[in-house]
Amino acid sequence: MKPPPFHYHAPTTLADALTVLGETGPHGKILAGGQSLIPLLNMRLAAPAHLIDINRLAELDRVDVDDGGVRVGALARHARVEADRSAAEAIPLLRQGLRLVAHPVIRNRGTTVGSLVHADPSAEMPAVLALLGGSLDLVSASGRRTVAAADLYVGPLESCLRADELAVCARFPRPAPGTGTAFVEIARRRGDYAVCGVAALVTLDDDLRVAAARAAYLSMAPVPHVLDLIEAVAGRPPDTADFAAAGRLARGRLDPEDDIHATAEYRAHLAEVLTARALREAAEAAVGALGASRPDPERAT
Amino acid sequence: MSARMFGAPVQRTEDERLLTGRGAYLDDLGADAYAAVFVRSPHAHARVRDVDVTDALDVDGLIAVYTHEDLTGPMAEPLPLLLPHPCIVDGRTPHALAAGYVHHVGAPVAMVVARDRYLAEDAAERIAVDYEVLAPVVGIEAAVAAEHVVHAGMSDNVAAHLVQEVGDARAAIAAAPHRLELDLDIERSACTPMEGRGVYARWDEAGGSLRLYSSTQTASGVRAAVAAKLGLDVGRVEVVVPDVGGGFGVKIMHPWPEEVMVPWAARRLGHGVKWTEDRREHFIAAAHERGQRHTVRAGFDDEGRLLGLDVEILHDNGAYLPYGVIVPIVTSTQLLGPYKPGAYRVEFRSLYTTTVIVTPYRGAGRPQGVFAMERTMDAIADRLGRDRAEVREVNLIRPDEMPYDQGLLFQDGRPLVYDSGDYPRTLRMVKELIGWEGFAAERERARAEGRRIGIGLACYVEGTGPGPYEGGHVQVGTDGRVRVATGLTSQGQGHHTILAQIVADELGVAMSDVEVTTGDTRRMPYSVGTFASRGAVMSGSAVALAARKVREKALRVAADALEADPGDLEIAGGRVHVRGVPGAGMDLGTVAVLSNPLRYAFDEASRAATQFARPADHAAPPVPEGDAPGLEGTDFHSPLRSTFANGAHAVVVETDPETAEITILRYCVVHDCGRLVNPLIVEGQIHGGVAQGVAGALYERMAYDADGQLLNASFMDFLVPYASEIPPIRIAHLETPSPLNPLGVKGAGEAGVIPGAAVIASAIEDAEGFPVRSMPISPSDLFGLRRRFAAGEIPPLRRAERARGRRANETGEPDV
Amino acid sequence: MNEETHEIRLRVNGVPRAATVPARRLLSDCLRHDLGLTGTHVGCEHGVCGACTVLLDGRPVRSCLMFAVGADGHEVTTVEGLAAADGTPHPVQRAFRECHGLQCGFCTPGFLTVVAAFLEENPEPTEEQAREAIGGNLCRCTGYVNIVRAVLRAAELRRAAGRDPQAGDPAPRGPVRRQRP
Ligand SMILES: Cc1cc2nc3c(=O)[nH]c(=O)nc-3n(C[C@H](O)[C@H](O)[C@H](O)COP(=O)(O)OP(=O)(O)OC[C@H]3O[C@@H](n4cnc5c(N)ncnc54)[C@H](O)[C@@H]3O)c2cc1C
Ligand code: FES
Ligand code: FES
Repeated sequence: MKPPPFHYHAPTTLADALTVLGETGPHGKILAGGQSLIPLLNMRLAAPAHLIDINRLAELDRVDVDDGGVRVGALARHARVEADRSAAEAIPLLRQGLRLVAHPVIRNRGTTVGSLVHADPSAEMPAVLALLGGSLDLVSASGRRTVAAADLYVGPLESCLRADELAVCARFPRPAPGTGTAFVEIARRRGDYAVCGVAALVTLDDDLRVAAARAAYLSMAPVPHVLDLIEAVAGRPPDTADFAAAGRLARGRLDPEDDIHATAEYRAHLAEVLTARALREAAEAAVGALGASRPDPERAT
Repeated sequence: MSARMFGAPVQRTEDERLLTGRGAYLDDLGADAYAAVFVRSPHAHARVRDVDVTDALDVDGLIAVYTHEDLTGPMAEPLPLLLPHPCIVDGRTPHALAAGYVHHVGAPVAMVVARDRYLAEDAAERIAVDYEVLAPVVGIEAAVAAEHVVHAGMSDNVAAHLVQEVGDARAAIAAAPHRLELDLDIERSACTPMEGRGVYARWDEAGGSLRLYSSTQTASGVRAAVAAKLGLDVGRVEVVVPDVGGGFGVKIMHPWPEEVMVPWAARRLGHGVKWTEDRREHFIAAAHERGQRHTVRAGFDDEGRLLGLDVEILHDNGAYLPYGVIVPIVTSTQLLGPYKPGAYRVEFRSLYTTTVIVTPYRGAGRPQGVFAMERTMDAIADRLGRDRAEVREVNLIRPDEMPYDQGLLFQDGRPLVYDSGDYPRTLRMVKELIGWEGFAAERERARAEGRRIGIGLACYVEGTGPGPYEGGHVQVGTDGRVRVATGLTSQGQGHHTILAQIVADELGVAMSDVEVTTGDTRRMPYSVGTFASRGAVMSGSAVALAARKVREKALRVAADALEADPGDLEIAGGRVHVRGVPGAGMDLGTVAVLSNPLRYAFDEASRAATQFARPADHAAPPVPEGDAPGLEGTDFHSPLRSTFANGAHAVVVETDPETAEITILRYCVVHDCGRLVNPLIVEGQIHGGVAQGVAGALYERMAYDADGQLLNASFMDFLVPYASEIPPIRIAHLETPSPLNPLGVKGAGEAGVIPGAAVIASAIEDAEGFPVRSMPISPSDLFGLRRRFAAGEIPPLRRAERARGRRANETGEPDV
Repeated sequence: MNEETHEIRLRVNGVPRAATVPARRLLSDCLRHDLGLTGTHVGCEHGVCGACTVLLDGRPVRSCLMFAVGADGHEVTTVEGLAAADGTPHPVQRAFRECHGLQCGFCTPGFLTVVAAFLEENPEPTEEQAREAIGGNLCRCTGYVNIVRAVLRAAELRRAAGRDPQAGDPAPRGPVRRQRP
């Protein structure tokens, strides 16, 4: 298990990187954290003629938080994003998802943007981006574009990037006020890719009634799959909302497949159970979030 | 007298090196060797029409490519069938490189040698093999159906067939008041040590000799096998086993194709050649085990006492049979566990399939046997409405019935006679440790909270330390240091430590003065190997016997010099002295000098010895008849039979009513391996075994598809548990000494893994209320069973129904 | 067909080292075969087992999932560099021996490096945290029971060393430094 030979490029500026990418075209591959690409190379399941190592583009190693949300640069490792307090405060779902990505040692190296581009249907961060309605900024020698998560994923391990494009950053928008999130998953071993995973978001209105309920699924479809489940719980206060019904609704709309770890039927069942669990947790978080942002003078004493 | 080392939780002598990166594993050696890789079959069954190497030839750094055509003489013949047995109908073994056919994905077809592994893989990728794909035979069902056969010239896929019977089991069952029949399955798994296999060979042209390093469990066996294949005198082959990163059975010798190809190429090229197995290769080209199907028929009385037991076993042995039929033989015999079966009949068929070969994996057929027997015990208890422990109790062999003859032949071809053990006490202890008596209430409480928990129990007996022999060599240097060698090898069991403990006690020296060498044919050419939990029993006994010889000589030589009676002398702290008079004596190093009449004063010890030198007796030769120069001794331990360790495991599991996740809440082990040489090490062995038992029960399986492709040939999908999956483990020891060896020890290496599948199935069944007859079980599998149970396709356990009835009575709710 | 090579310079266990490697040379192979530091082991080469874990600028990474060229200019600590310069074992090394936290020793270097870095971040872990800290490393021999014990024991030894006035620096001796480039 040794990688095949390739030409190695280690640009130190984004401009150089884009030039090389433009020149190598379909024969080139970007190397970020390498935690997905290098296993594929070691098993000789991929053999790009050129590798463009972006680890020297220090300008991409950044996490920015502002009113709009969190921007994660292409060189920000999972661990760094996870540790970023202001990012976690702005969007708790980031940390909720990142904690489930592999093991800490992999997160020390793997990048969040790399994971988004890699488009593994079992990966956590694409589901996070999809659930929040985020986007990816792509640049190439010929220009720049922003692709919404909904348009990013084409199939398993396939995103819509062109060969000459580099994803410079991912934009995770802040969810609406009154939103709580949760990420639950079941993996065979702790740290493994999930058999089924659900990222959920619940928004409460001013009367503490459910105004939005959505969930994104991993390992349930060829691409991260987002379902709007509001119809099952609309207008209900979190403690009486029928999240189990939302789970059933989700199950009816998902069509997972068998693999060596789980039957399709079991996966569908898990989706139902985990949807209810995730929504319930998200609703509790939403209540907590509202409580924190609007301290109730009576309760405070 | 220094403190006794035997029995003390001594820290390991191996560790200092291993903790600082100074271990030397196979791939750490031979920095300048060429790298070998193997072109392996992508098909489960095919005819090799042509191997075209043209494209590979322009890879820079390529040294050589070999195919079967290049092999001549013994190398061109099939590899040996190491352990023939009369029950083998048609024993097929592979060629070193495919000779026309391949019978499993991963079979070696060509060997590439290059300057380094990267380049060798480049070249291997460019070798074009033209295959004519043939029909695969995957799984026991397909093997039995024999619509296709694995090996040309055979009319079915039966490699071996054996019936053993004690009494008339079928008649006993027919006459019994109660009868039941169970189908019980265990799937394939594998040892997967963290270090794969590896071989490194150097040819010495001047000496016409070969030095071979192999990550093996059997140095002497590899030596003999390679010598035979290469047509060399055994004396010209040295096998040295470096540090080995785990074995668990898979590094046993038969020999492996790679183990003969690498030295063959090294000799041919006149250059060091090394092959380091990578993880993918390990999955598709090493060995698996466990895959077996059992049909059990039992007849029993009202107390649950077995009157007759009839077991049929179908064993999937994979593509070839190089290691014979050890696994199904072990299952057949060890299935009986601590019980008296009444009349017993066991029949197995060992079947070829187009999958990786099967050789023993820690436990070696016992986990399957224990699964079959313990599931049967549970089923009997359930049928009779009796406590599961009680039913076991009435079937146990009593201590006063020891030695107990089961009337069968064991894996070593010798009678299956249990030497010692207190099985009722073992069972009592494990019940106490897990809290068996109070558990019904605990389960009901949990149920009231909406939780499902269950308890399981399983007992086993393990034949350990089979012969024929193992040797020890003990030598005291003139510096007083003691060098010990034994032939079997070590893969992490701490042999260096326990052998040093034993020798330190026997010789009265400090452990720090004892150096141990294992698995080096230069130091101890006669050896069998490390398997069947034989390290402590066999080599421990052998080095003890050798040390006793040395001690006896030391006393004799010192007595002569001190003009004392040997009976008045003792050795302590590395000095021989007159008992009670520590001042009157000499260092063992000095005794070593005196033991050799050629006394050049090279060192301090030799000079010191001169004061003791007695005037020569000119009437006798300097080395008396029957004696030898030097303070050293060799001895062999060759026991009458295997010694039988035993134990019982109990576990409490929780199953999630919604997600079907299975969590182990507590795991208890009672273990009797005779006298403990080092409790720290024995517990470590048990921990590791239990982890593999849990792995085999809940996580690991070989997922072959119908074409014979292994779908999970990586650690990503073959789920070796992490720390997060292994529960804390509580252990209690019982020490019933074995009468069969000088130390009273029994083997401990495999025990932990043996009852894993049985005990966990027992507990899941208890939590769920329906029978579990097939292992491993994943949450997805459990979910599937629940579905079938809900649909009425699986009957409930009777005790679950009764409990439901009780609850209904108490609460006044109708019984549903 | 000669492969292009690259000159790299890195500090390994505090010592500046240089090597000439093809771009595809894995860091694990470079350490083991170019620099002769065979203490770092390779158990899977796809990132799952953790045997190859080394510290890159103080943080644990899989050396089988990095190219040696990528380590150019960085600081690498391997198991050979855990002990103090005078050979005093690192508390983690002592604890693994005391608790019988290793059997075959093949997985051990990966555990040692991970735990050494972990205790820098979390000097007083609970048992649960200790278990989690080693949750990304496979060991086939020990069942992890004694490894978890060893993590807790190492924390204890480390704290004791910190209190020992002779030890000076409250951090354990040995070059497990946290420094980001
Ligand atoms: C043992 C193990 C377990 C894992 N478990 C999980 C898990 O449970 N969940 C999970 O989500 N992930 C898991 N991963 C994958 C991990 O999260 C990776 O880090 C991630 O998938 C890819 O990030 P990377 O930076 O390593 O990308 P790389 O491996 O460097 O690249 C991956 C792909 O993305 C492309 N790419 C990377 N960055 C860019 C960019 N900026 N612009 C354009 N293309 C780019 C590359 O060309 C390549 O095709 C696991 C990995 C391992 C080794
Ligand atoms: S060898 Fe690197 S993780 Fe297994
Ligand atoms: S000690 Fe052998 S793999 Fe961990």
